Amino acid sequence: MKEATAATKTAKDSKSSPKQNLEVDQAQVTVGNRFCENPKMSMRDVNVFYGDKQAIYDVSVDIAKNEVIAMIGPSGCGKSTFLRSLNRMNDTVDGCKVEGEVLLDGDNIYHKNLDVVELRARVGMVFQKPNPFPKSIFENIAYGPKIHGLADSRVDLDEIVEGSLKKAGLWEEVKERLHQPGTGLSGGQQQRLCIARAIAVSPEVILMDEPCSALDPIATARIEELIEELSQNFTIAIVTHSMQQAARVSNRTAYFHLGKLIEVNPTEQVFTMPEHQLTEAYITGRFG
Amino acid sequence: MSNSMDNLQKIKNSLKRRSRSETRFRLYGRVAIAIGLAAVLALFVDIVSKGHGAFKATYIQVDVHYDADLLGITSLADESQLMQANWDALTKSALRNKFSEVSGRRDKRQLYKLLSNGTGFDLKEHLVVNPLLLGETESKWLLADDDIDTYYKSWLDGEPYDARLSKKQVEWIDQLHQQGHIRLQLNTNLLTRGDSREPEQAGIYGAVMGSLLTLMLTLMLSFPIGVAAAIYLEEFASKNRFTDFIEVNINNLAAVPSIIFGLLGLAVFINFFHVPRSVPIVGGLVLTLMTLPTIIITSRAAIKSVPPSIREAALGMGASRYQVVLHHVLPLALPGMLTGAIIGMAQALGETAPLLIIGLLHLLRIFLRFLPILLPCCPYKFSYWPIAQREPLLKRHQLPLWYCCHSC
Repeated sequence: MKEATAATKTAKDSKSSPKQNLEVDQAQVTVGNRFCENPKMSMRDVNVFYGDKQAIYDVSVDIAKNEVIAMIGPSGCGKSTFLRSLNRMNDTVDGCKVEGEVLLDGDNIYHKNLDVVELRARVGMVFQKPNPFPKSIFENIAYGPKIHGLADSRVDLDEIVEGSLKKAGLWEEVKERLHQPGTGLSGGQQQRLCIARAIAVSPEVILMDEPCSALDPIATARIEELIEELSQNFTIAIVTHSMQQAARVSNRTAYFHLGKLIEVNPTEQVFTMPEHQLTEAYITGRFG
Repeated sequence: MSNSMDNLQKIKNSLKRRSRSETRFRLYGRVAIAIGLAAVLALFVDIVSKGHGAFKATYIQVDVHYDADLLGITSLADESQLMQANWDALTKSALRNKFSEVSGRRDKRQLYKLLSNGTGFDLKEHLVVNPLLLGETESKWLLADDDIDTYYKSWLDGEPYDARLSKKQVEWIDQLHQQGHIRLQLNTNLLTRGDSREPEQAGIYGAVMGSLLTLMLTLMLSFPIGVAAAIYLEEFASKNRFTDFIEVNINNLAAVPSIIFGLLGLAVFINFFHVPRSVPIVGGLVLTLMTLPTIIITSRAAIKSVPPSIREAALGMGASRYQVVLHHVLPLALPGMLTGAIIGMAQALGETAPLLIIGLLHLLRIFLRFLPILLPCCPYKFSYWPIAQREPLLKRHQLPLWYCCHSC
């Protein structure tokens, strides 16, 4: 706390110098349209710590139903950490502590009565590196429905698997080899398999942590198309390094800088006339 | 341009050197494998060429008269009579009949030494199975004494070892040989009997069964406990001073000399819990303690080697931690865990020191009767034999000794 106040002072002292314009003001308040009516998820004053180190500072933002919100920002700005705190994946990290409120349909997901298993069934996740289970394609998709008891019969399960693969646009490519290992697919196919696996349990929100960073442009284009299709049924929060991707797939864009949420605005506005100079500096390529 | 030509030339020059060192390295590998194979081959040839004698034992043919008066019994159904009957009298009279010219106490005593001490009991068992033989005479091959066996085998090989026989005994064997009443037969005792004070009666059955039971117990106890401990420490326990302390102690236990575990077993299981000495359960418990650190350490390494992305994927799907472990971590870590279990078991199988301390050394003639009570264990038995027996008899024990070498 002491350090924070000390840092605030230095930031204030240096305000006059134009060179220091890109420094983050400690008293920074997020600019733009942070809040919306009837949000699917809403975050209030979220702080995340790794041991003594603070990674996220006072982030407050809403995610509307069926929107795609992109989170951009330079490396190490905390966007992945923030995303992982939305379905409590940070619980598995030793020494990670989350403060503040994260509400899903009005319920705090960090409340001690909430079961993290239920939460993760409602808020699914797709990771940076494709990580299919070393099992068959069918087993990969069927795993979620099986552990949550979603399928009443074998026929049900087959339907869920087929439906998920179709939604993920993978059905035509793999229908002949459902029982071969999922790890034998190409990188792009594996990532679509992971998306199919995530939507097989019909989550309400899907978190995507740089889902295309390990893929080639064609596979990336395929996944972006898929995100657009999925946004009709799901709420999607996507972290990405590629500003073009954010511009292509998202309705709103959130810009993070050194653990702070700087600006949230409709994507078009962020990329054409950003409100904050840091956002502008980033999207025009002055750093990042 | 000239610079890049130079580089190309340098790379070309280095190619030769690199391919030479690769060839050399391959050669080293082949030589290493050849040495290993040669050692194994030498070991096997040595064992088989020296030890094959133990598969045969010397038998002498005599006419046995099952005389009820001589035995001092009236009925075969009466167990107490059978217990008290003078079974040795049968073999003694059979030998006297065969060599009717022998007279005098000394000579007769030497004559009786032709046959093994236990042949009387063999005849008893035979008679109980075939009660009609009572009062009849039957020609039967009976097991010869170990000294006779040693002499006869060495004599057949052309280098007679007669230091332990009298001149008369040598003559008798010669006589028997000419009549064709002495021969080598398959040594069934070796595989069907337990240990015995008489080398010719000794077998490895008791020791092998003892080892098997002890090992089964060890595996059944140490594998589940070890794997459960490893999973808990790796997946569930929070990282704090206490778990660090446990981890250090487990690693230290792996380096404790095995004889210390024997002392612990003696103090705790036998002296405190009063488990009887020499039962496989004590051996199993002590060996369990000994193999646990090995299994825990290898299992933890196996669990650690499961990629974290698989855990994340499962957690992200909403699997509980238990489901993550059961469905994803365990199947991937199992081969590594089994390797650890095999190493641990091999270590336990060859372990002698702790078993010495807890007294798994009882001599047993017949294994099955004592099954629940007493069991000797292989490694100890074999380390004990060469000292217990006279040197020429080593040959008899070459085969078991091989098992011993093998298990150590």
